Amino acid sequence: MASSAIRSSRHTLFGLFAGAMLCVALFLTVGANGQWDFVLPFRGTKILTMVLVGYSVAVSAVLFQTATGNRILTPGIMGFDSLFILLQTLIVFSIGAQGYTGIDPRVLFAGQAVLMIGFSALLYRLLFHSGGRSLHLLVLTGVVLGILFRSLSEFAGRVISPNEYLFLQDRFFASFNNPDTQLLAFSYGVVGAVSLLAWRMLPAFDVLGLGRERAISLGVDHRRTVGAILAITAVLVSISTALVGPVTFFGLLVSNLAYWLIRSHRHVLILPAATLLAVIALLAGQLVLEQALGFGTNLRVVLEFAGGITFILLLLRDPRR
Amino acid sequence: MIEAISVTKRYGSSVVLDDVSVKIPHGGITAIIGPNGAGKSTLLGVMSRLIAPDAGHVTIDGMRVDQTPGEVLARRLAVLRQDNHIMLRLTVRDLVAFGRYPHNHGRLSLADRDIIEQAIRQLDLDALGDRYLDELSGGQRQRAFIAMVLAQETDYILLDEPLSSLDVQKSVQMLGLFRTAADELSRTIVIVVHDIAFAANYADRIIAMRDGRIVADGSPDEVIRQDVLEEIYDVPIGVHHVGGRRLLAYP
Repeated sequence: MASSAIRSSRHTLFGLFAGAMLCVALFLTVGANGQWDFVLPFRGTKILTMVLVGYSVAVSAVLFQTATGNRILTPGIMGFDSLFILLQTLIVFSIGAQGYTGIDPRVLFAGQAVLMIGFSALLYRLLFHSGGRSLHLLVLTGVVLGILFRSLSEFAGRVISPNEYLFLQDRFFASFNNPDTQLLAFSYGVVGAVSLLAWRMLPAFDVLGLGRERAISLGVDHRRTVGAILAITAVLVSISTALVGPVTFFGLLVSNLAYWLIRSHRHVLILPAATLLAVIALLAGQLVLEQALGFGTNLRVVLEFAGGITFILLLLRDPRR
Repeated sequence: MIEAISVTKRYGSSVVLDDVSVKIPHGGITAIIGPNGAGKSTLLGVMSRLIAPDAGHVTIDGMRVDQTPGEVLARRLAVLRQDNHIMLRLTVRDLVAFGRYPHNHGRLSLADRDIIEQAIRQLDLDALGDRYLDELSGGQRQRAFIAMVLAQETDYILLDEPLSSLDVQKSVQMLGLFRTAADELSRTIVIVVHDIAFAANYADRIIAMRDGRIVADGSPDEVIRQDVLEEIYDVPIGVHHVGGRRLLAYP
């Protein structure tokens, strides 16, 4: 192994970890005014949510990019977040906002996760049963379906009453201020289970990065591994969208930053780096938003803006991507 | 032994492999030659399970490649196809280390490291071991991929145009390496080559293809003859014997 590169990657990881810890400490303490028994649990829950969302977004983006062999794709391009929006819209459309809030959120979430996995399994079948040509077909299908889902939700959004539309808008736009605390523990459990599966397959994911033919030649069951990634991605995207709404572009940003910082191909280094970057961006962004800008704007807007600029810079820097 | 039985492969309406049956026994260097679009690469892809045939099947040591677990095959057969573009940021040593994956599933032992270093040395890559692949020339990258395939330590090694981006010196070195691997380690090497002269002088057996069929199959003496070559390429190619070597004269 290129030991110097590995060592410098470890240093980078350590630096990112220290940065994330600093963000956590600042986030817990800045402007607390001594009201600890209120501030700590309140902000602690926010941090737990942001860590989970950061992890889900980063890991799903990196794994998805490994499976598709393309670093510009994210689950968002596959229409995953559009499906989530469509599902919510359809539920509100059919049973109303009152009925929606009446359902146990865990049941709601489980149902959505199952549908998301079903959706990715369907795409998987579409792709591999039609001759197993290329993942480009999968991506193209995702784009088309994403547009279809968005159009359908827009249509449904126009038909429902303005009050219910407002209710939906509140649900869609990511806000880390009112995350669903009830779901948090449940979500941690699910993410933990999925991560255990991913952990065992990490070496196979590394090989998958070499491309389909080389992975098969080295004895990796390509279909099964890609299938596992699609399922893991579906669950993680469901988790993060259910907690705070779609934050798709964010995954593109942190994954590419991680590739840029980590001079190694190994997922065991890239995944933590992407996660830590996501956590830092979320915590620091929220901190600035709350303390400096006085909730003047939505974190999503800030992230999309910073992310867009950074991404363009990344593309300009390394045209080979 | 690799055995292809009545293999047919179509892309749309064009038939790339037309009911091809061939046996490649254990040992030696087999070269597959033929004009562009003859189906050479597709045959190699089907034999190495990277391409699923529309009809027929392939067995390796009696195991059907479409029914045998990939990891079992990966310890018997290594394949290198032509495309050597890679998305990952890898050093030469990282890439060669992947060759050990079928044996260690990502956990490198000391023995693995020795094998990796040996493969790097065999391909003259000592000085480049820590260089990233995107910093290498085409020929250097080609050698790095071949080192990976050698590190896989399989009985069967299938290579598609392994000489394509190598100069004459490196090509001859490479063929010498294949010779050693075949003779001393009793590996079975199957290469697709464009240069008939290399096939004529280094292969133990030559399979000639045209229009998705095998049109000649035998020792260099049987295949490297003016009448046979004209049938394959539609061009009269003179064959002369000079100092124990076969010299080809293109018209």
